[in-house]
Amino acid sequence: MAEIEIQTAAAPAGRARQIGDIILEVEDITLTFGGLTAIDNVSFNVREHEIFSIIGPNGAGKSSMLNVINGVYHPQKGQITFNGKTRKQMKAHHSAAEGIARTFQNIALFKGMTVLDNVMTGRNKMMKSNFLTQAIYWGKGRREEMEHRRKVEDVIDFLEIQSIRKTPVGRLPYGLQKRVELARALAAEPKLLLLDEPMAGMNVEEKEDMCRFVLDINDEYGTTIILIEHDMGVVMDLSDRVVVLNYGGKITDGTPDEVCNNQAVIDAYLGVTE
Amino acid sequence: MFYRETGQFKTSYSADEAIFPIRQDFVGFWIIMAIAFVGIPLIANEYYFTAILVPFLISGLAALGLNILTGYAGQLSLGSAAFMSVGAFSAWNFITRIPEMPFLISFILSGVIAAAVGIFFGIPSLRIKGFYLAVATLAAQFFIEWIFTHVGWFYNYDPSGSITTPPLTLFGFELISPMSRYYVTLTIVTVMALLAKNMMRCSVGRDFMAVRDMDIAAEVIGIPMLKTKLLAFAISSFYLGIAGALWAFTYLGNVEPAAFDIAMSLRILFMIIIGGVGTILGSFIGAAFIMLLPIFLNLGAHALFGDLISQQLLVVSELMVFGGLIIFFLIIEPHGMARLWQIVKEKIRMWPFPY
Amino acid sequence: MAFFMEVLIAGLLAGVMYSLVALGFVLIFKASGVLNYAQGTMALFAALSFVSFMEMGVNFWIALVITAIIMIILAFVVERVVLRPLVNQPLITLFMATIGLSFFLEGFAQALWGSQVHRLELGISDDPIFIGDIMVSQFDIFAGVTAAAMVGGLAFFFNKTKMGRALRAVADDHQAALSIGIPLRHIWVLVWVVAGFVAIVAGLLWGSRLGVQFALALIILKAFPVLILGGFESIPGAIVGGLIIGSSEKLAEVYLGPYVGGGIENFFPYMLALVFLLFRPYGLFGEVHIERV
Repeated sequence: MAEIEIQTAAAPAGRARQIGDIILEVEDITLTFGGLTAIDNVSFNVREHEIFSIIGPNGAGKSSMLNVINGVYHPQKGQITFNGKTRKQMKAHHSAAEGIARTFQNIALFKGMTVLDNVMTGRNKMMKSNFLTQAIYWGKGRREEMEHRRKVEDVIDFLEIQSIRKTPVGRLPYGLQKRVELARALAAEPKLLLLDEPMAGMNVEEKEDMCRFVLDINDEYGTTIILIEHDMGVVMDLSDRVVVLNYGGKITDGTPDEVCNNQAVIDAYLGVTE
Repeated sequence: MFYRETGQFKTSYSADEAIFPIRQDFVGFWIIMAIAFVGIPLIANEYYFTAILVPFLISGLAALGLNILTGYAGQLSLGSAAFMSVGAFSAWNFITRIPEMPFLISFILSGVIAAAVGIFFGIPSLRIKGFYLAVATLAAQFFIEWIFTHVGWFYNYDPSGSITTPPLTLFGFELISPMSRYYVTLTIVTVMALLAKNMMRCSVGRDFMAVRDMDIAAEVIGIPMLKTKLLAFAISSFYLGIAGALWAFTYLGNVEPAAFDIAMSLRILFMIIIGGVGTILGSFIGAAFIMLLPIFLNLGAHALFGDLISQQLLVVSELMVFGGLIIFFLIIEPHGMARLWQIVKEKIRMWPFPY
Repeated sequence: MAFFMEVLIAGLLAGVMYSLVALGFVLIFKASGVLNYAQGTMALFAALSFVSFMEMGVNFWIALVITAIIMIILAFVVERVVLRPLVNQPLITLFMATIGLSFFLEGFAQALWGSQVHRLELGISDDPIFIGDIMVSQFDIFAGVTAAAMVGGLAFFFNKTKMGRALRAVADDHQAALSIGIPLRHIWVLVWVVAGFVAIVAGLLWGSRLGVQFALALIILKAFPVLILGGFESIPGAIVGGLIIGSSEKLAEVYLGPYVGGGIENFFPYMLALVFLLFRPYGLFGEVHIERV
C-alpha cells in the first residue's frame, strides 16, 4: 500500500526513542447529553511526541472526546491532566492558551477571510498589542504584526500553500481547505494537535500528502498529535498507539498491532455472530 | 492597461500588508484626498456643503461604525441611531457645561460614553445570536430614545425638548461657515476611517471576522468570545457616538431625540448592506447611495412631472422607487457595491483577457 | 382589585392584537427563515384596500374577497420578484429586501388609495360590558375570539395536514425539502398568502381601532418583542408572548409609568423580552439549535 511506503520513507528509525513522558492524561471521562451517554468512563493517556489515534465506528464518541479535551464540551465526570495541570472544567479559549490546537471534522474555516488571514488568526492569541496601538499601526503594533506574519509564512511554506495565500478560503477546493485548517492550527505552535478526520473525503493523492504533513509536523516541531481517522491503513501506519472506542466506551488501547489482533475490536468492527 | 501591478515587487511583509499594495490604488487614494481637501472647497457652494457633503460624510462614518459591528464582527444591530444620540447628547452636555474643554476632547469623551452604553447593550450578545440579537438591540433604540425625551437633565430642561448646539471653537476661532464645518467633519471622518482600516487588518479585525464566520472555531483557536464581542460593540458605538456628535454640531445644529429614530437606524443598516458588508469603502459608497438617492429622486421627479402631480404623490412615489431600488440592488449584487467595484478592478487588471 | 383586573384584561386583549401581527410573521419565518419586516405594511395595505372598497359602496363580504384576492396576487408577486432572485442569499439580505418591500408597499398603498386617515367600521359595538364589576370592551373580546379561532385553524393546518408537514420540512432544511420533491416556490407563495390573510384580519382589527392610516405599518414594532419572547418559529409562542407583552406593558404603564414620567410602553416590552432572552436565548417556545463541531 502507498501509505506504508510513505511511513517508512518519512519516519526516521530513531523516532520511537524521542517519545517522552505522559503529556495528556484522560481519567474516567463521562459525557452525557440529556439521557444520551456519548462517552462512558473512558481513560487513556498520551505521551509527548506521540501520534495517538482514536478509532471506532460512527457514533462511538470520538469527536466528542476531542471536544472534551479542548474544552468545547464539559464532561459530567472525570478529569483531564494536560502538561501537569489537572482540570475538570475549562473554556475552549483557555485550552488554546495552554497549547491545544485542533482541526474539525467539518471544515471550520472562516469563510469570509483569505487564507493568510485565516492562518494569522491562529496566532491572534499571542498578539499582545491592544486595539489602540493597532489602530495607529505604528511602532509596536506594526512590528508585532510583521513578526507574526513571518512565522505564519513559515507555516505556509511548510504546508506548501504559498500560491493561494491571498485567496478567500471559500473559493478553495475541499482538500486545500483541509490543509489551510491544518495551517491555522499549526500557526498556534501547539504542544498538542487534535486532528478530527483530516483525510475524510480525500482522494488517495491528497491522503498521501496529508499523511506526509502529519508525520513532518510530528518530526519537525515535535508536536504531540491525536488523530481521528477511519482509514485503517493510515491509522496503522502513522500511529504509535491507538485507543478504540465503541458506543462511548473504551474497548482497548495499545500499539497498532495489539489493537488489530484484539478480539473485542474485531467484533466491534465486523459484528459478532451469535 | 494602466492598472497593472507588474513590476511592483514587494520586498518586505510590511509592504505586502500596506492598505494599498498596488501603486495605482495608492495614487488614486491621494487624488481623492486632494479632491476632498482642496478641490471640492474651491468649487462647492453652501448648499453642497450643508445639504450633501457634510451629511454624506457623517452618514459614512455612522455606517462605518455599524459595519465594524455587523459587517466585521457579525452582530446584527438595529439600534445604531440610539448610539448616535448618546454621542450627540453627551457632546452637547460636555461642550455647554464645560465650555473651556477643547471640542475634540469633548467629542472623544462622548464617543467613550457611547462605547460604554454600547458595551452595556452588547452584553446580551453573549447569549443571543442572529435575529434575536437584532431585535434585542431595538431595546437600546427605544430605551435610549425614551431617556432623552423624558429625563430633562440631558437637554437642560429646554421646553422644546431639543438641543441647540453652540458653534465649535478651535484655537479661539468659531467654526461657523459651512466650509469650516466641512473641514472639521472631513478631517475627523478621514482619520477615523484610517484608524478603522488599521484595526480591521490587524488581529482585532481578524478576531472580529473569526467570531462572525464561525464562533465555535474562533473560541477553540483561543479568541475569547466575551472580550471580542464587547470590544466590537464598544468600537462600533464609539464611531456611532462621534458620528452623532458631528450630526448635531456640524450638520443640523439643532437636534431632538426623535431625529435618531428607528428609521435612521434602518437607513444606516441599508448603507452597509447596499455598500458592502465588511468593507470600509462600502460604508461610504452605501452612505452616498442612500443619502443621494432621495435627492436625485426628488430632482428627477420634479424635472419629469413638475407641477403635474401633487406634492403628496411625489413623496409616496419616491418611497416606492426607493424601496424598489433597494430590492433591485440587493438582487443584482447581494454583496454590495464595494464588491462590484472589486470586480471592476479585477476585470481592468486582466484586460483584455476575460479571465 | 377590579381596576387591576380591568387593566390586566385590557392588556391581555391588546396582546391578542399584537399576536395577530406576530402570527403572520411566524408563518413566513417558519417556512423560509425570512424575518418579514413588511408584515405591518401588509396589514396596512390590506386594511387600506378594504376600506377603500367599502367607501366605494362595495358590500362588506365582496370587499373582503377582493382584498383577499389582492393579497394572493401580492404573494405571487413577492415570490417572483423578491424571493426567487434572492434564493440562497444570506438571511440578512432577505431581511433587508423585506424592508425595501415595506417601503415600496407603503408608498404603493398610499399612491393607490391616498394617504388620508380612513375610518373603518366593522359593525361591532365598542361599548363596554360588565362582567361582575369589571368593565371590558366588547370589541376587544371580539378581537380575542377571532385571534383564537385563527390560531386554532393555523395549528390544525400546520400539524395535521399534508401541506403543513411540507411547510415544516421546508422550514427545517430548504435543500433537503427540495430533494424529496417538495415544491419550494409553491410553499413560499402559500405561506405568503396565509400571512396575507392574517394581515387582513390584523389590519381590519387594528384599523378599526386606530383608523386606517400609515402608522398602522408601525405595529410590526409591537410584534417584535412578542416574537423574541415567544420564539420566532412558534405559533403558540406568538400567542403567549402577545398576552405576556400586552398585559405587562399595560400594567407597567399604569403602575410604573407615573413614577418615571410615562411613555414607557414603547420600550418596556423590549426590555422585558431582553431579560427573558437572557434566560431562554431562543424565546419561550423557540427551537433550541444544538451546535456541533
